[in-house]
Parts: sequence; structure tokens; C-alpha cells
Amino acid sequence: MRFGFTEDQLMLRDTVREILARECTPEVVRAVWEKKSPKTPYGTLAEAGVLGMTLTEEQGGLGLDETDAALPLEEAGYAALPEPIVEAIAALPVVAAHGGGAWAEKIAAGEARLSISIGDARLVAFAEQADVFLRYDGKKLYLAPREEVALEMQVSVDRTRSIAVPRFTDEGATVLAEGAEAAELAALVFDRAALGSALFLNGLSRKMLELAVEYAKDRVQFGRPIGSQQAVKHRLADALIALEFAKPLAYRAAWSVAVADPERSLHVSLAKLRASEAARFVAKQSLQVHGAIGYTIEHDLHLWMKRAWALAAAYGTEDFHRDRIGRAILNEA
Amino acid sequence: MDLRFTEKEEAFRAECRAWLEANVPKEPLPSGDTAEGFALHVEWEKKLFEARWAVVSWPEEYGGRGASLFEWLIFEEEYYRAGAPNRVTQNGIFLLAPTIFEFGTEEQKKRILRPMAAAEHLWAQGWSEPNAGSDLASLKSTARRVEGGWRLTGQKTWCTRGAFCDSAFGLFRTDPTQERHKGLTYFLFPLKGEGVTVRGVDRLDGDLGFAEVFLEDVFVPDRDVLGEVNKGWEVAMATTSSERGLSLRSPGRFMATASRLVDLYKRYRETCDPALRKEVIDAYAAAEAYRWYTFGTVTRMSQGGEIGADSSMNKVYWSEMDVRTHEAALAMIGDRLELDEGSPAAEDHASWLKGFQFALAGPIYAGTNEIQRNIIAERVLGLPRK
Repeated sequence: MRFGFTEDQLMLRDTVREILARECTPEVVRAVWEKKSPKTPYGTLAEAGVLGMTLTEEQGGLGLDETDAALPLEEAGYAALPEPIVEAIAALPVVAAHGGGAWAEKIAAGEARLSISIGDARLVAFAEQADVFLRYDGKKLYLAPREEVALEMQVSVDRTRSIAVPRFTDEGATVLAEGAEAAELAALVFDRAALGSALFLNGLSRKMLELAVEYAKDRVQFGRPIGSQQAVKHRLADALIALEFAKPLAYRAAWSVAVADPERSLHVSLAKLRASEAARFVAKQSLQVHGAIGYTIEHDLHLWMKRAWALAAAYGTEDFHRDRIGRAILNEA
Repeated sequence: MDLRFTEKEEAFRAECRAWLEANVPKEPLPSGDTAEGFALHVEWEKKLFEARWAVVSWPEEYGGRGASLFEWLIFEEEYYRAGAPNRVTQNGIFLLAPTIFEFGTEEQKKRILRPMAAAEHLWAQGWSEPNAGSDLASLKSTARRVEGGWRLTGQKTWCTRGAFCDSAFGLFRTDPTQERHKGLTYFLFPLKGEGVTVRGVDRLDGDLGFAEVFLEDVFVPDRDVLGEVNKGWEVAMATTSSERGLSLRSPGRFMATASRLVDLYKRYRETCDPALRKEVIDAYAAAEAYRWYTFGTVTRMSQGGEIGADSSMNKVYWSEMDVRTHEAALAMIGDRLELDEGSPAAEDHASWLKGFQFALAGPIYAGTNEIQRNIIAERVLGLPRK
């Protein structure tokens, strides 16, 4: 038993952290929010091998697994990266192994973006940016190029998320799998995306907590920093506890996915449930500590908070994952 | 990352499980916090020690197995899974022993550790005083230098099982010119003998779990000073960190409680409020989170890291989780929740009620959760003290 990360994994995290600190500043996130199409680090992450990291070396990837991807995905959340990195890491191994090699290569190279639509999920994210959609309709798993998908654009509370209600046709589709195999692969991609979202959410939480702590140290009222008051301290201590006890479940689920543990879905649900709860909780605490300035669009907090709200519901709401856990542990019919 | 247990660890688990299955009393023992129950628990501890399961992580020379921290966690999982009795040696083996291993002399280790593990000499903690609870550094008990040792005077309180134990450990002011954390010394002192009066105090659940201890010029020889004179605070902090952190509350205990709650729900799901399903799932998820958090901590410690202020997060987390889990059980039991021990109609209801009352102590002892949150905010998050 060794429940920690290797030197290599920590180095990869640091590489991603540096890229994002340089190229995914709050100004960049805000510019995406304002539809100014800034340069994002999507290309740089591709060059560093991050987008295709879960592809084998023969497929043009780094041959890494979910435990290697865990910390980079957390960093992506910390920077509120407005790009489909969760989707790329979740989907590419399945896409590449089942006849979608050309698409996988382009996405890993940062030349295309992929969005995911599994089962009866009503919305797709990254709708405008996506060049291709990985779709499972209950019968087959296929790749649908952008031009063949009718998108009814919606407005997300997080304006960096381009969301739409999609209507798929079979036109131009590359079918990856059918029947039982398709169901199995779709379930795997869904679990990977839920896991990636859990990790991303934990990164968002870390940033929201950090913003609140810094603010509480600086903001002086009644002649002293508000962070010296116990009522504020206790809120932030609770936020830290929520986050720190969500993280290990996400790392454990990463391992379970990587080794195809028979209880993979249970472990992913535990991770996603706790990460979503923690992120909503940390967001609330952070907003309260910021006071009125946090309740503005001018302040950066909302960029992280609204992403947290959106992702808490993506790839399975809390109720969905709680129910999955219940069915696994309560011997329900 | 490698989340598989090694063959050696799996063999350890199997050996442990087999022994517990063969030896754990079929009927639960009466509470170890009563005179009758305490004696039976001491018998159980002796049996554990003879089979070398009492202190698995200690070196063999003191009755342990030199087990790794992971093996210790495995032992704890199996111990609570088997429903084995609560550990009445706990204050000694989990709170005092780590401090003796770190600060004790060779003579102290040889004299104290083995009888402690063998339940031949039983230890109570003596931290609090009537006016020094969360603010431990305001304590008033004193120790006066005399030929060959010290004379202790003062009052300690909330001494766990103090009415049944042989000795206690705690802090005394040895330099009256110094204040607060300075000028304190860590003493091991008798709970029986000249100048010592012990008065048992009934706890919330009715058991004689507490005691207050009055000391009047009680002689303690030099060999019962632990660590340096006037450095007692630093020495004691090593122990309180274990009390809040890993050793007092291993995940095995909470996983066992969560699993009992799942079983209870299976019995009651047809009749109880459907909303309780959520509580059961959340309790399970919370226990799993604690288990994996602990595996992370132990991995870090195995590589030379320390718990430090993280132990405060641990303590807030498990103590509040334990209360919620018991609340869910009581809600399921419905109007029978008030059935206390001795009610003919009580099945396992009374044990949940007792567990609930015990859980309520968690956010209070070992430093209240309010103090823990201050520690987390100041030492982990770096918020200003003033």
C-alpha cells in the first residue's frame, strides 16, 4: 500500500502548473468569459503531451494512466482552464483504440477539440469549440463531426462554458462500437469524465479557498484583519476540511479506473459526490468571507464559483452519484 | 501509487482475523467504564497481550510485533470489524506510550511499557483541571522540588477511567516564576497512595467514566519525570497530537460503525423515512473518505513526514462524522430511541443510544473542535492570531 504520488507525477504536475500560471491567468479566463477569444494554453498543453497523455506511445501519447492525470487535472481546475481537458483525457484512449485514431491524433496535438454526450444527458459543453462529439445513444458509440450536429445554443451561468442542447444524426458518424461493447465503453468514458470533473472541482475548491484566505488576511475591519476573527477562521477551517477529505477519494478512484477495479463506478461516484459537495460548500464559504466584493462580476471569485456550480452537476449530479453508491452498498433490487 | 496490500500485509490480516474470530467474546462485555466491566476488559487485554495483539506496532521487546503503520491500520480494521471490546488500555498505549518512545529514558521504557501493554499497570490521562480545559496552559497544579524527587499538589479532572487506573500522566508547574506554556514539567503520578484522593464522576451516559483527582503533597521520584524539567509543554504536545490524530481514532472504528448503519437500514428500510437512505449513503461516503485520507497520512509518515497540525483536521472530521452517523441510526430507530440499557424491549437500540452519547464527547475531548478550528486556521491556513 502506497497512497501517494511519485516524483515523476509531481514533476508533471509542476510542469502543468507552470504552463497554466503563465498562460491561463484570471485575465485569460475572464477574456473567454467576455467572448474575446484570447489565446488559451490548449496548444501548449498539447505540446507538453498533456492532452494525449493517456494514449499509448504507439498512438502518439505518453502511455500514462489516470493516476498520472490526477494532479494535472487538479491544476487545470485551480486555473479554471476553459478548455475540454477533462474530455480529452477521458475519451481519447477509447476513441483511439476503436477506429477514431485520426481524431485522437488531432486532439492530442491540440488541433481539435472533443465534447462528450453520453446517454440522456441533456446538455453538451464546449459546444462552440468542439470539432467532434463522442456520442452514445444507448445503442452505439460514435464520433459525430461538428457540422452534422444541430446545436440549440444555451447560456451557461458560467459564460466560459459554451453549452447547447444537441440533436444528433447518423450522418458522417464514425461508429466506434455497438451493443454491449458500446455500453461498456460509454460507461468507462462516463466514469473517466466524472473522475476528471471531481479532480477539476477539487482544484477549483483549492483556488476559491486560497482567494478567501488571502482576502481574510488583507481585509481590515474594526482595526484588525477579518481573518483574525474566529467566526471567519472557522468557516475557512471547515472549507479546508471539506476539500482535504474530498481529495483522497478522487485519487483512490483514479487508481481504480487505472487498474479496472470491479468497483470502479462506486469509487468514481464517491469521488464525484464528495468533490461536488465540497466545491459548493467552499464556494459558499469563500463568497461569505469576501463579502460584497465577492458578489460582483468585477472580482475573480465568480469565475471559479460558477464553474464549480456547473461541474457539480456535470457527468452525474450529486443525487445521481449518491444513488449509484446506494445501489452498490445497500443490496437494492 | 499502489493501493494493493502486499502478500505480507494480507497474511497479517488473515492471521489477525482468524485469531479475533476465535477469541472475541460472543456476547459484548459490559461497558469498560464501570467497575464490573473494567475488570472484564482488563482480562480481555491480558488475552490480547499474550497473543501479541495488544500493541502490534511496538517493538517485540515490549510485547509488540514491530508491525508497520499499515499493518496497524489493518489490525484496527479487523479489530472493529470483529466487534472486539473497547480498549481500556487506550490512554496508556495510544497517548502516553508515543511520548515515552520519543522522550523516555531507557530505564523508563523498560519499566513502564511492557506492564502497560500487558494491562498489569493501567494508565489514565490527567490533562484538564477545573479551570484549565481548552486553555490547558493556564493550569495551576504545582510540583515542588524535594530530595530525590518532587511533591505534587493540585487538582486534575475528567481523567478517563481514573477511578479504576493505577497511574496518570499530566503537566505540573515546576517553575512558579514562569507563565503559561513555560515552566511546566511532564509527570507520571500515582492514583493510589498517600495524599491522593480519586472521586469518580458519572458521565453523560451514566457510566463512571470520569474521575477527578486531588493531589496533596504527593511524592513522585525523579525517575517519573518524562522529558526535561520545565519542558513539559513540548513533551506533552507530542502526545496530544497523537490523541487528535491517527492513533486514537483509526478508520477501522468508523468503517465498522458505517457498516452497522448499513445493516440497520436494511432492517428498517421498509418502515423508516425514505430520506434516511441519503443519510446512510453519506455516512458510508464519509467513512470511506476518512479511510483514504488516513492511508494518505500514513504513506506520508512512512516516508518520514509528520502529522503536525493536520491532526486537528482529522479530529474535527472524525468526531463530527461519528455524531452524524449515530444521529442517522437513532432517526431510523424512531420512537424506540429512548430505550436505554436494561430495557427488555431494547434489541441493539440501546447500543446505538450509548454510542450516540459517547460520540457526543468527541467534539469536546482532546481539545474542543473550536480550538481545533483555530489551530487549522492559524497553522495550516496561516490566518493571523490577532
